[in-house]
Amino acid sequence: MSSMPEKNYLTEKRGLKSWLLTLDHKRIGVMYLIGISISFALGGIFALLIRLELLNPGRDIVGAQTYNQLFTLHGAVMIFLFIIPGIPAALGNFVLPLMLGAKDVAFPRLNLASWYIYVFGALLAVVSIFTGSVDTGWTFYTPYSTQTSGAVVTMTLAAFILGFSSIFTGLNFIVTIHKLRAPGMTWFKMPLFVWSLYATAIIQVLATPVLGITLVLLILERVLGMGIFDPAMGGDPVLFQHFFWFYSHPAVYIMILPAMGIISELISTFSHKRIFGYRAIAFSSFGIAFISFLVWGHHMFTSGQSELASMIFSFLTFFVAIPSGIKVFNWLATLYKGSISLDTPMLYALSFLFLFAIGGLTGMFLATTATDIHLHDTYFVVAHFHYVMFGGTVIAFLGGLHFWWPKIWGRMYNENWAKISALLVFVGFNVTFISQFIMGIKGMPRRYYTYLDQYHRMHGFSTIGSWIMGLGFFIMVVYLVHSIYKGRPAGSNPWGSLTMEWETTSPPPTENFAGDMKLTHGPYDYDKIVPRTD
Amino acid sequence: MIESTMINRNSHHHIAPLWLYLAIGGALLVLTAVTITVSYIDLGGWNIVVALVIASIKGSLVAMFFMHLYYDKKIYTIVIVMGLLFLSIFISLTMFDTGRRGDIYEIKSEPIKPEADFYKELPPADSLDQTGHSEH
Ligand SMILES: [Cu+2]
Repeated sequence: MSSMPEKNYLTEKRGLKSWLLTLDHKRIGVMYLIGISISFALGGIFALLIRLELLNPGRDIVGAQTYNQLFTLHGAVMIFLFIIPGIPAALGNFVLPLMLGAKDVAFPRLNLASWYIYVFGALLAVVSIFTGSVDTGWTFYTPYSTQTSGAVVTMTLAAFILGFSSIFTGLNFIVTIHKLRAPGMTWFKMPLFVWSLYATAIIQVLATPVLGITLVLLILERVLGMGIFDPAMGGDPVLFQHFFWFYSHPAVYIMILPAMGIISELISTFSHKRIFGYRAIAFSSFGIAFISFLVWGHHMFTSGQSELASMIFSFLTFFVAIPSGIKVFNWLATLYKGSISLDTPMLYALSFLFLFAIGGLTGMFLATTATDIHLHDTYFVVAHFHYVMFGGTVIAFLGGLHFWWPKIWGRMYNENWAKISALLVFVGFNVTFISQFIMGIKGMPRRYYTYLDQYHRMHGFSTIGSWIMGLGFFIMVVYLVHSIYKGRPAGSNPWGSLTMEWETTSPPPTENFAGDMKLTHGPYDYDKIVPRTD
Repeated sequence: MIESTMINRNSHHHIAPLWLYLAIGGALLVLTAVTITVSYIDLGGWNIVVALVIASIKGSLVAMFFMHLYYDKKIYTIVIVMGLLFLSIFISLTMFDTGRRGDIYEIKSEPIKPEADFYKELPPADSLDQTGHSEH
């Protein structure tokens, strides 16, 4: 049994100040992890309240106005505070320099600045909850968002500020990947998670400014009465949707690409086999990133957008399926004849394959204009979106969290409880959202406060599913926090993985590695070497 | 290690001769004059095309020489061109919408009024079965 290293980044300096002023990417990653966990808990509570309200038609626990605010907050908090910074800023921050064999990111101060900006934006979002709250949905569509009495300006300002945090992280990662790779680590010897973070960073830097512009235009119209989106003043409300989705569709890939990177690591590590189609997986990330900028109009098929534009956007949207399919088939080929061990991170990776396949394929229904006319703004869209974002990104995030948890804290969590929790999350998620697919096909509109009797049973299923998921997450919090204090020491490479972060102690020392790192083998050379586990 | 390479690169900075700056400045003034002159000639839709082409040339001159893009590493040019490329994607795809609304199907946006003609042509409500379909 291995023991904990005496000197590591967690213990070398102590006290709150040493954390708040740290430039260590690992500590900043942990601080991000705390930030996004709180946000996730907050967004999750909103979700549970929404589902509880929808248990029966009519009023259960809150009024219609509060309900509108709840689903807006659920969306805004989960998107801007949890899922966008989730994988890159928390896990990526911790792992990226370790994977490259570097001592830190390229700009440690910028890294800390991005965390403070994130916290500031998050606080502003909380302020908006207490100053009237927003009831527009997370999409802030005009003309409603320029007319409602809610705290639209505060919330959009928060999203504006959070955007800068995202841009800083992206810039930092691009430069880090270009400049700080260990000697011998050529581009095609980088772990695939690094490739996916690179593709993500490009989207963050290119697309996020457009979100900033959009929100500023919205604020200008709302506060100064400038006619940008209001037709009465010569504006165009559909233009808002163009602006908004030009960022927010690529943003979906800011969320899913790093998730796919994690899955590549997990599948190869736990199949103990070289990843199949390394280059195809690496390049398909860029394929997805590029196509993501050409498809935003698929959110607007029923908005009054011209038919020509709808046809073009529908056509282009189908191309997303190609690089996504390339990835999925390469993962399956990696599993084939691998010696698979079903540790908790792998359970999440396998869940991902099922859920992401459902999420991706139902996207094709929505990309088809004829079926979208029927399905738009129904629970089908809600279910599709959650299968991609929860079934894809959150599940991969949880897989990555359980994978790198022993590296972050140096201790193992209880594997049995972790498996029970993973199972509850998987089952609960499907119960919650398969019923929403069915309701959606039958015409249940999204965002409605109440519904006809015919949807009662499905809404009931969905709400019960949310409780199962809630229980799964509750168990997870307990065993993870417990493991930080009481878990058995993990050793430097508990999973027998070949990427570089496992070559240092867990938790790593402040300077990451004992000496200078040099690449001695590729990240997936399982056919050449048997990794040391301890 | 990073810092030392940065200092190295800075020391390679190119210094352009003064006459070049003056020539570019002169060219910008001339192009401004051309823009103003052309704006008095009615070219229909082409006015805006001409104005944008001249503006793009001016912008490129400033970026290339005043902002030293011409002498710098190619990567900076690529970064700027990428930004412009994505801007043009945004504008052109949006214009497929804003410029072409109602192109394929004629949109009949008559408000629905009880006295509207097509209401009178409908069969009376009690002849509809439960699914809302007419018996005929
Ligand atoms: Cu989209």
